[in-house]
Amino acid sequence: MMRPAMRLWPHPILSLFLTLFWLILADSWTFGSLVMGGFLGLAIPLLTAPWWPDKPRLKRPALLIPYIGIVLYDVVISSLHVARVILFLRPEEIRSTYVAVETSLTSPEAIALLAGTITMTPGTLTADLSADGKVLLIHALHAPDPQALRDDIHSRYEARLKRIFA
Amino acid sequence: MILGYALSFAIGCFGLALLLNLLRLFTIKNLVDRVLVVDTMAVNVAALVILAAAQSGSALSFEAAVLIAMTGFVSTMAFCKYLLRGSIIE
Amino acid sequence: MSLAATIIEIIAAALLVAGGLFAVIGSLGLLRLKQSMQRLHAPTKATTLGIGSALVAVAVHIWLNEDRLALRELAVALFFFLTAPLSALFLSKAHLFRSEDAAKLPPTGTKAGWATLSEDNPAEPSHPQDRKA
Repeated sequence: MMRPAMRLWPHPILSLFLTLFWLILADSWTFGSLVMGGFLGLAIPLLTAPWWPDKPRLKRPALLIPYIGIVLYDVVISSLHVARVILFLRPEEIRSTYVAVETSLTSPEAIALLAGTITMTPGTLTADLSADGKVLLIHALHAPDPQALRDDIHSRYEARLKRIFA
Repeated sequence: MILGYALSFAIGCFGLALLLNLLRLFTIKNLVDRVLVVDTMAVNVAALVILAAAQSGSALSFEAAVLIAMTGFVSTMAFCKYLLRGSIIE
Repeated sequence: MSLAATIIEIIAAALLVAGGLFAVIGSLGLLRLKQSMQRLHAPTKATTLGIGSALVAVAVHIWLNEDRLALRELAVALFFFLTAPLSALFLSKAHLFRSEDAAKLPPTGTKAGWATLSEDNPAEPSHPQDRKA
C-alpha cells in the first residue's frame, strides 16, 4: 500500500524538472509562475501515472554526466559522418544494412536511453525493437563491417548504461 | 559585428534548407517520407523564427518557435501512430 | 571590447555558420539519398546538430547583447535533441510496417519477433512491469 504522499506525488524528480522547465520556458522567475509551474509539476505526473508503472532505479546517477558528454561528442562525429556520406559518396557506393543487436539491459528506461543514443551516434539508427524488448534492430547508413558496429555499441554505450542503472 | 554577418548567413542557410525540403516534398510519392520531410520543415522553420527573432531583437517570436517545434513533433508522432495502428488515441 | 568577448563572439559565429551548413546538408541528404531508411539518417543527425549549434550561438548572442542568460533557447535545443530519436524510431516503424523491407530483416535470435511486425503488433515492447499494471 502506498503512502498518501507517494500517491499524490509519485515522481518527485519529474515534478521538480517540470516546474523548472515551466519557469525556463515562461522566462519569468516570479511567485505566480512558480505556483503555475508547481501545479503543472503535480498535475502532469498524476495524469500520466498509468504510463509510469514504476520509478527508474539509478544506481550511480553521477555517471550520467560523463555519459552525456560522450554522447554529445559522438553527435558531432555522427553528423560529420553523415555529411561525408551525403556529400562525397555516390548513392550506389553507400552500403546500408540492418543489424540485430541484442542487449542485456533490463530496465525499460535504460533500453530507451540506449535506443536514443544509438540513433544519435555515428552511422546508426534504431529502427525497431523485438517484441520482448531484448533485441534492437539497427539500420546502419554506411557500415562495411557490421560486427565492429555491434562491438562498439556493447563496449561504448551498453557497458556504461549498465553501470548507471541497477 | 562578425556575429551579425554569421546570423544573416545562418538565416540564409536555414532558408535554403527549407527550399530544398519543399522541393523534396513535391518530388516524393512515399507517405512516410513526406511525413519525414514535413517534420524536418517544422524543425527548420522553428530555427528560422528563433534566428530572425535574435536578429531583430524581438522577444515575442520565441513562443511561435516553441509552438511550431512542439506541434511538429506531436503531429509526426500522431501520423506514425495512425499509420501503424489505424488510430491515434486508443 | 575585451579580448575574451571577441573570442566568444568568434566561437558563436563559427557555431552559427556550422549550424547553417549542417541544416543544408540534412536537407540535401533528403534529396540525394535513394532509400527511405537512408533518408531517415540525414535530418535526425545533421539537422538536429545544425539547429542545436545555431541555438547555442543565439544564446551566446543574447548573453552578449542583452546580458541575460538565454535558458529558453537552450531548453528548445534540448527539446530537439530529445525528440529527434523518437521521431526517427516511429518513422522507421511506420516505414517497416508499410514496406516490403520486412522480409530482408535479420532474425531477432529470440522467440519474439520484431515489435512492429508481430501478430498483435504492440506499439511498445512489453515488459513484465507493464503486464502487472
